[in-house]
Amino acid sequence: MKQSSTFRLSVLAFGFAFLYIPILSLIVYSFNKSRLVTVWGGFSTQWYGRLLDNRQILDAAWLSVKIAATNATGAVILGTLAGLALARFGRFRGRTLLSGMTTAPLVMPEVITGLSLLMLFVVLDSALKQAFGWNLERGFTTITIAHITLTLAYVTVIVQSRLSSLDDSLEEAAMDLGARPAKIFFVITLPIIAPALVSGWLLAFTISLDDLVITSFVSGPGASTLPMVIFSKVRLGVSPDINALATIIVLLVTLGVIAAGIFMARQEKRRQRDMQMAAAAK
Amino acid sequence: MSARAEAPRRHRHSAGVQLILDFLNRLPPYRWTQSRLVRWGITGRTAVTAVPYLWLLLFFLVPFIIVLKIAFSEARIGMPPYAPLLTWIDGSVAQVNLQLKNFANMFQDSLYAKAYLNSIKVAAVSTLFCLLIGYPMAYAIARAESKWRHILLMLVILPFWTSFLLRVYAWIGILKNNGLINNFLMWTGLIDEPIVMLQTDFAIYVGIVYSYLPFMILPLYSNLEKMDLTLLEAAADLGARPFKTFMTITLPLSLPGIVAGSMLVFIPAVGEFVIPELLGPSDSLMIGKVLWQVFFTKRDWPAASAVAIALLLLLVIPIVLLQRAQAAEARGAHR
Amino acid sequence: MATNPRPQQQLAVWNDPQAVPYVHIERVTKRFGDFVAVNSVSLKIYKKELFCLLGGSGCGKTTLLRMLAGFEEPTSGKLFIDGVDMTGIPPYERPVNMMFQSYALFPHMTVEQNVAFGLKQDGLPKDEIATRVDDMLKLVRLQQFGKRKPHQLSGGQRQRVALARSLVKRPKLLLLDEPLGALDKKLREHTQFELVNLQEQLGVTFVVVTHDQEEAMTLSSRIGVMNQGEIIQVGTPKDIYEYPSSKFVAEFIGNVNMFEGRLIEDEPDHVRIDSPELGGTIYVDHGVSSAPEAVVSAAIRPEKINISVERPNQTDNVVQGTVKEIAYMGDMSVYLVQLASNKMVRITQPNTYRHAEGSITWDQTVYLSWHPSSPVVLSE
Repeated sequence: MKQSSTFRLSVLAFGFAFLYIPILSLIVYSFNKSRLVTVWGGFSTQWYGRLLDNRQILDAAWLSVKIAATNATGAVILGTLAGLALARFGRFRGRTLLSGMTTAPLVMPEVITGLSLLMLFVVLDSALKQAFGWNLERGFTTITIAHITLTLAYVTVIVQSRLSSLDDSLEEAAMDLGARPAKIFFVITLPIIAPALVSGWLLAFTISLDDLVITSFVSGPGASTLPMVIFSKVRLGVSPDINALATIIVLLVTLGVIAAGIFMARQEKRRQRDMQMAAAAK
Repeated sequence: MSARAEAPRRHRHSAGVQLILDFLNRLPPYRWTQSRLVRWGITGRTAVTAVPYLWLLLFFLVPFIIVLKIAFSEARIGMPPYAPLLTWIDGSVAQVNLQLKNFANMFQDSLYAKAYLNSIKVAAVSTLFCLLIGYPMAYAIARAESKWRHILLMLVILPFWTSFLLRVYAWIGILKNNGLINNFLMWTGLIDEPIVMLQTDFAIYVGIVYSYLPFMILPLYSNLEKMDLTLLEAAADLGARPFKTFMTITLPLSLPGIVAGSMLVFIPAVGEFVIPELLGPSDSLMIGKVLWQVFFTKRDWPAASAVAIALLLLLVIPIVLLQRAQAAEARGAHR
Repeated sequence: MATNPRPQQQLAVWNDPQAVPYVHIERVTKRFGDFVAVNSVSLKIYKKELFCLLGGSGCGKTTLLRMLAGFEEPTSGKLFIDGVDMTGIPPYERPVNMMFQSYALFPHMTVEQNVAFGLKQDGLPKDEIATRVDDMLKLVRLQQFGKRKPHQLSGGQRQRVALARSLVKRPKLLLLDEPLGALDKKLREHTQFELVNLQEQLGVTFVVVTHDQEEAMTLSSRIGVMNQGEIIQVGTPKDIYEYPSSKFVAEFIGNVNMFEGRLIEDEPDHVRIDSPELGGTIYVDHGVSSAPEAVVSAAIRPEKINISVERPNQTDNVVQGTVKEIAYMGDMSVYLVQLASNKMVRITQPNTYRHAEGSITWDQTVYLSWHPSSPVVLSE
């Protein structure tokens, strides 16, 4: 018994070292005075200052955040509808196709998704030009549409699994008491799956913020997102201000995850307390 | 049901609204539309299903059909840079201009074949290493005390939330000639010359294993965590030593988790572009990178589309395997 | 403490001071953190016994069984099986097999593979494994099901596979954790007898854990009643039922009417108890060794009380009451009779002929009486 627990501990130690040392090295060297990223030249916060002066990065970051937020909202709305249909409407015509289309983007190589969406936008553009004289500018809109298509898959999976694990007798009880389906959704279902929607939104937001490949395909001139800027800089080699940027992102994500963790733990505690009180009141 | 529910609802409208509704109900077009909608089976449910359905049809399925079409077209200079499949002659007869050239090209040009095989090799080897590292980790987490499990799992997922691009970038600083590893080894005196690691296949393996490890651990964990531990006790009781128990009970029962995790690593790894581009040698042949170059550098859309279709065909079997494994897991949960 | 003498039984192995126990549990304690699951339990189980550990959930019976199998190590104390100290011996080296409550059948193996698993671990030759698996499946009447997977079997069939798998290694000691718990009532009764037959046929020592007192009564040679990690009483089913050593055992096994009272006569050949609760005296035809004037309880089983409309011709052991409930159960009827003190007394009467219950009805005044040998005097 003792032997196996030391084995497990060393496995975990090795695994987490592998996962975290690269991230830690990014953070440590963001405070390096030297321009040569991996040669320590003393403590400095100069790269953070440089980062704040870099208009290109700041503009790209702002664009990325706008896209990510719009995308997350759109993906949550569409993903909730799709999840609801898949989890609650039984076997309807075309269910298999819908189910396939929502899960396929999860595993599809990004180069394929990106290429095919670009092809669609090109075709749409020429069609719209011919029909209405409209121009489908490649940029914010096309990137957001592409990201929604990708991330709605994640939201659908989350919502669907939350709904499937949920007893549908609550909804049936509401229906029995005379509530109409739409009302049931807003009064009963939505509050219950709200935590799933929050995590779905956050996931869609981060995936969008992080995406390079699909974005590169569907973006047009003048619309450079943060990953695109980082990628073009990183291709040329390491640069300390990217380390500073990475540190800020890691910090924000860690804070976000910890906050979400505390929030979830509180919710869980409150739920358990409510259940205990309900049991005691019986 | 709807009639019963309708009655109390009406009372809630104010008198004014009621008047308007009554008026509307008497209007022939309104009643016609309503009855038509019902006759066509258009209900709230249909609307809920239709919105995401149409979105996915338009932005996921149709694009593939377009890619398929372009893959069979001829490249030309212009915008769009491909020739239409159908040309109307005299406005009535359609001339089909179906080109297999792009696919034929892929067979003739050994670059594509090499990229194909190399992608499969790189993805397979990376998947194997992910499994070798991920299985013991998933096992250790699944058998940890329950209060630790959530925290450990969170630690596995956390890197996934930080930028993928930046995590790959971190390895440049670690692997390059004056990077962390070489600096450390030179400092200890084990080596005098830096070992070239960046821009090698090794760096690609490290990058893929590092980036996709959580995808391996999560399905394995969920499989191992819900495994019935009395089965292991039963095996021990019947005389099997721990290693034998692992080989005869734990391993076979975790097979769906192994397949699911492996496919979740293998499928995206085959088409990976960022990792070979940033960490691999400049002439590394990965199919995702080739597609990118054909598209962005050579601007040959039909050829890029043909590569995409070929890549997709390559992934059909792994995707089927993945779905089978996931279905097996779902069945296991209900048993 | 009140002790009730019992008639001397024929010399069973557990009454033979010379006999060597096959399983010897010596002051075994098991703690999980602050929780004491098993508290200083000592027990001797002999060869070919069918010993039941009986108790409610959380009484420590399963923990004790798991310590015998080797899945848990005692915090203190020692376990001997066939004279060998089991401390530090892992489950896969113990001469013991276990049948799990959940059956723990390997879902990815066929019935045959499941049964053969243990033999394979011993490295037996292939053809011997095949014959022994065949024989075992024949014994549990599952020959035609050898190629099936566990999920293709019914609950009763799975139970028999589990039994076959644990017996095929011919263990000297078989541990059974709630062996019939997952079966429905009819099947359970049927299987009980099968289990006893099999045990006698193979001569294996069984230790069975159960919470079902009826099951324990039917199956076992002896029962160990457990509560809160301790063994309260060990004895044959008859001992436990007729001579419970405490109020807990009396109430746990079957139904009982408990009357509190004071000892007013304490002679070697009889005692008399004055019970205000009963509204009369209880005469018991055997002596108990207890402090005079002690507060004791007389326990009387419902079937040992006679109910009649006429007052029976005796002065002791009779009381008047009113019938409040009658429940017709088919083979017998249950009466709840209220005494003057408002105490409810439960009486069961067999329906030995049709309409036997007919003469007594609700709110009727009746007389309850019993034989002087029936009450058991309990002080704790």
